[in-house]
Amino acid sequence: MKSGALIRLSWLAVLALAAAPAQAATIEVTIDKLVFSPATIEAKVGDTIEWVNRDLIAHTATVKGGWEVMIPPKKSASLTLKTAGAVDYFCRFHPNMKGHVNVAP
Amino acid sequence: MFTRYTAALAALLLVSAAPFAQAADKPTDPQIAHIAYTAGVLDIEAAKQAIKTSKNKEVVAFAKDMERDHEAVNKQALDLVKKLKVKPEDNATSQALTKAAEEERAKLAKLKGAAFDKAYIENEVAYHKQVNGALETLLIPSASNAELKSLLETGLKIFQGHEQHAEHVAGMLK
Repeated sequence: MKSGALIRLSWLAVLALAAAPAQAATIEVTIDKLVFSPATIEAKVGDTIEWVNRDLIAHTATVKGGWEVMIPPKKSASLTLKTAGAVDYFCRFHPNMKGHVNVAP
Repeated sequence: MFTRYTAALAALLLVSAAPFAQAADKPTDPQIAHIAYTAGVLDIEAAKQAIKTSKNKEVVAFAKDMERDHEAVNKQALDLVKKLKVKPEDNATSQALTKAAEEERAKLAKLKGAAFDKAYIENEVAYHKQVNGALETLLIPSASNAELKSLLETGLKIFQGHEQHAEHVAGMLK
């Protein structure tokens, strides 16, 4: 009886763990001399991307027809991912800067 | 058809090669610094003219981007020459660039509205193409100081970005 309750309890704990959303992470992308690094990142919905701009000029992380983040010179800016899918992004001011994000559900 | 392409190509080469053709000799670091700085100043002046003249949101935004970036790069260039104790030296290439820009500015001053926007953006594409070509083939290979070379290389990436940005805006105006 006692051990049965214990087993049930531990099962509940396992279920609770499995059902709880995986902890959201912050993924850092550095911008140095017009290069997004790493150029491709793996993320999941709820994660935050933080761009750290080491350049003396402003950049953006822009998805055509989607989100845009402005990253001022020598500053950081972040975005929390809301939708799953793979997206290419670029800097609107310098379209030769390109990045890619794979967002898992 | 062939003749027309050849003529167009010849005209393009003539336009894009002109200011740099006079620098037959390898430029020195003080001359390179002067050329790079002058090229930036000229694009800032072009941007100011566009901000004042254009009514097109995209064109004005582009011009403001050019003003902001070139000012930031030129500030870096000034800091570097000060640190290296290099005195930028005026030269035939800087003078030819300045003369060409003055002529372009006078030409643009006669235009308004969509005609101005088109001419300004097309010149921005051509100008960045010309300066990038010079950076790649002449200025970067000629620079002897490593820090100057590195700044020019970063400058080239920025200006290649500007060239693509200008091409994008030119495409939207069509």
